[in-house]
Order: sequence, then structure tokens, then C-alpha cells
Amino acid sequence: MATQSVLAFVGPSVNWWALLPQMILLGAALLIMLVSALAPKQTSTPFVTVTTMCAAITSYIVATGLWNDVQRDGPSSSIASAFGIDGFSIFFTMLILVALAATALLSHGYLDKEGIDAPEFHALLLCSAAGAIVMASANDLVVMFIGLEALSIGLYVMIAMHDRRQEARESAIKYFVLGAFSSAFLLYGIALTYGATGSTNLIHIRDYLGAVVFRDQHLLMAAMALLLVGLSFKVAAAPFHFWAPDVYQGAPSPVTGWMASVAKAAGFAALLRIFFAAFASHRIDWTPIVSVLAAVTLVVGAVMAILQNDVKRMLAFSSVSHAGYVLIAVQAATDQGTAAALFYLFTYTFMVLGTFAVVGAMGRDDDHPLANYAGLGRSRPVLAIGFTILLLAQAGIPTTSGFVAKFQVIAAAVNNKNYVLAGLAMITAVVGAFMYLRIVMAMYVDNEEQKSSVPSWHWSTKVVVIAMVGFTLLAGLVPQFLIEFAEDAVPILIRG
Amino acid sequence: MDVTTGWYLVLGALLFVIGGTGLLIRRNPLVMLMCVELMLNGVNLSLVAFAQRLDDIGGQTVVFFVLVVAAAEVVVGLGLVVAILRRRPGTTADDLSTLRG
Repeated sequence: MATQSVLAFVGPSVNWWALLPQMILLGAALLIMLVSALAPKQTSTPFVTVTTMCAAITSYIVATGLWNDVQRDGPSSSIASAFGIDGFSIFFTMLILVALAATALLSHGYLDKEGIDAPEFHALLLCSAAGAIVMASANDLVVMFIGLEALSIGLYVMIAMHDRRQEARESAIKYFVLGAFSSAFLLYGIALTYGATGSTNLIHIRDYLGAVVFRDQHLLMAAMALLLVGLSFKVAAAPFHFWAPDVYQGAPSPVTGWMASVAKAAGFAALLRIFFAAFASHRIDWTPIVSVLAAVTLVVGAVMAILQNDVKRMLAFSSVSHAGYVLIAVQAATDQGTAAALFYLFTYTFMVLGTFAVVGAMGRDDDHPLANYAGLGRSRPVLAIGFTILLLAQAGIPTTSGFVAKFQVIAAAVNNKNYVLAGLAMITAVVGAFMYLRIVMAMYVDNEEQKSSVPSWHWSTKVVVIAMVGFTLLAGLVPQFLIEFAEDAVPILIRG
Repeated sequence: MDVTTGWYLVLGALLFVIGGTGLLIRRNPLVMLMCVELMLNGVNLSLVAFAQRLDDIGGQTVVFFVLVVAAAEVVVGLGLVVAILRRRPGTTADDLSTLRG
């Protein structure tokens, strides 16, 4: 009897309340699959969108409750310290849920327009969102890896969902091969971190690195390099960005928006949690590498964007340059820098989702010459103004959230005495602005014969664009609430 | 000669490098998938070797997670490869250039 009680398995305690946001999403995904298997086909698309929206909203309400709990009782962690419940994880949960709601609406419009009856699209979107939340909340490298894979595998299928378009499949296989390649790098980095520190748990890693002086740092340095390469692929930082233009161009526009907002945000969440929080004691080793990465990314993103003639490829390189700005904030390795990165990612999510909503409504997925946008200012004045605001926000024009975001990032670099990088950020912002202004100019250049070819807008596009423009202006004019939100969301590793 | 865990780490690194190189130079999508598997198995071997060296089962547990994830990834990857090959038999990675890049 005594041996039995010794052998009895005692699982770690689980804080189910904190896991509720992603459990709601997974539950909705299962419900969608179940109902779509049983129900008649014609009724599925509105039901699926409504279910996804309900799940996103319920989940957001729960996340708000969790945020208040964390502000009152302080951060904690659950499941043997593998899952963090801090402001950081809830911040990203909220970001991902906003993006989920917007993407669900846009996908509804897309599936309607293309005549695809695919309830599994939204189910995959929900699973992908749950994976992203797990990735941003993970306090353990293995849990983070599983979240990343749940996010990515859903994305691969969503990109290839259109059964008649060869470009989408090509885009999917390119993203798949490079995604798997980068996952392998990340995983090797995890293995070497485990070898160097004896655990995959970030809290253990931080404590171990803070307490032990290494005689031989090679293993740890290799681990950091591999983790950085793996995550740089995910966030599309140069020189690991070469998949981005092709994949962004070939993917359905709502999926491109999802990729540009959530995949990037989750990648940066992992980057911040690993490097800023867990490798804090070794910041001297990793900040110079991240600085170089940031500088290269800024230059490549800004210069290559100018050379493109396809709007979707332009926006892909603009997404690369945005990764560069966030990396500037990451390399500061201060609370101020991390808050700036969080602010940037949150505002960027709104800008990029709105932008790709417009792009998605402008025509086919893979062919977006700049000429298509000519005359948009006359034929669709309200949406052209919305698109203009979103593009100017990405360029960082004052009164939009993009300006506040860029300002904070540069302020973090200056406070860190990294004047070179701050100067480079300002120069590339000017160079990058040229590309956005080129699109804006094209919209307001009168071109009579283009008018008739402007397609009709699905109501979902209008809703999303108006919401995103509204938030972009709100966060640009009164940014204080979001700045405080980001400051409260700096990651904290704490044993649960 | 003693075979220490260091040998297994070197073997794991070699497998990873062979897989990575193969992924970059081979043009057949199926072989590229196999190369990804080779990379992941190089990682798995390193994890087991580290677990042995540290006398900790954590690393061996991770291998199970990696195996499951790799299986899920291959399901999707094979689906994509089949979808492309069915349309255009004999496709290599070089043919996937409808999108410039």
C-alpha cells in the first residue's frame, strides 16, 4: 500500500480560469467542425462567422477579467510554472482576439466573394489564434514551440485553402518549407538551451543564468543564436525575410493580414519572453546581435519596398521594416523599450489589418499593380480616405498611432544611448514614407478608365476598415491609455 | 574508446546540418520534407544526449512532443505537396516561381 501511494501520479495544479480564453477558442473550433459536418451546407458560412465572433468576444471579456485579476493580485503562473499569467500574456491575448475578430469578418467576405464553402477555414483560424495565445503566454520553451506550431500549421492550410488557385498553393508550400526550416532552428536552440541550463523552463533558465558564471559560454551563445534565427524567420526580420514578399502576395488577403499581425506579434512575444525576460542577465551578449539585425531589417525593408510595383509586395517589405522598428525596442532591453515594442505591435496590428482589408477588396489575391488603385479617391472617397490614414499611420505621420509608436521606439533607443540606431530609424522612416505616399498619390491621380473596374465592397470590409481607422486615430490623438496599458504589460517571470 | 554523450551531440549536429543543407539544395518537394525530418531528428538526438548527460528526463519528454509536432507538420506538408503535384506532375521547387522571388 505504501509503495502505491508513492507511485501515485499527482498532476500539477491547473488554473483553469486563466486558460479559459484559448479553451473558448478551441471549443468554438470543435463546435464549428461538428455542426458543419451535420448541418446542410448552404447555411454554414454565416453560422461559422457568428460562432467565431462570439468566441472572440467572450474570450475578450474573460481576458479583461484576467487583466483586472493580474493588476489586483499580481502575476502568477500555472501548470508547473509552464504557463505565465501576467500582463504580458493578457496583452497579447487581447491583441490576438482583436485580430481574430477582424480576420473572421474579412474571411467571411472573402469566402462569400470567392464562393468557397469552407467552415474549416474559421476552425483553423480559431486553432491558430489559440496557438498564438499559448505562444505568447508560455513560460516554457517547449510549450512555446507547441503554440508556435499550432499557429503555423493552421496558417499553412489557411493559405492553401482556395482550391482553384495555384499561386496560393505555391505560397503555402514556400511558407511551409521555410516555416519548418525555422522551427527546426528554434528547436535546436531549445535543445542547446536545455543542454546549457538544464531546463526548458524560462523561470529556471533565468534563475540559473543569474546565479551561475559560465567557464565556457559557447553552448549558450549557440543556443541564443539559433533561437534568434528561428524567431527572426517568424517575424520576417532581414536577412531572414526572403519568404515574406512571395507568401504575402500569394496568400488570400485576410490570411496575409493575419500573418502580418498575429504571426509577427506572437513571434515578438516569444522573442521578448525569451531574451528580455529569461536571458536578462546575458543582455550584453545578445543586444549587439539584435541591434545589427534591427539595422539590417530597417534598411532592407525601406529600400526594397520602394523597388516594388505590386502593392501587396510593397506592404510585405513594409511589414519587414516594421519588424525592424520593433527590434530596435527589443534591443534596448529595458522596461521602456519593451513597453514601446508592445505599443508598436498593438497599433501595428490595427493598421495592418485595416490595410489588408482594403487590399483584399481591391481585386484578386496575387495581382495588385499600383495602377489598380488609380482613381480610388474619386470612386470610393470614404474608403480612400480610410486607406490613406492607415498608410500614413504606417509611415508614422503625427496624429496617427504610428507616429506615437515610432516616437516611443526611437525614444527607447536614445535613452539606451544607441544614437546610431535611432538616427537610422528616423532616416528609414523618411525613406519608407515615400513608398506609402506613392500608393496615396496613385489613389488621388485621376484616371477615368480605371473607375469601372473598382469592385464592390463587402460590408465586412467596411466595418473592419472603419474600426481600424477609428482606433488608429484614437491611439494617435489620445495615446495615453494605450501607453499605460503597454507599460503594465511588461513580461514578468514568476513561479506559480 | 568510450562513447560519451558528446559523440551523440556531434552526430545530432551533423544530422541537423545535413538536413539543413539538403533542404537548401534539393529541388524535389518530397525530399525537402524528408530533410526537415532529418533536422528535427538531429535535434531529438541532441535532446536525448543532453538528458542523459544532465540525468534529467525533461529532455526525453520533449522528444515526444517534437515527434507529435513533426507528424502533424508532415501531414500538412504532404497534403500541400500532393495538391501541387496532382496539378503539375514532376514539379520541382524551381517550378514554383509564379510569384517572383
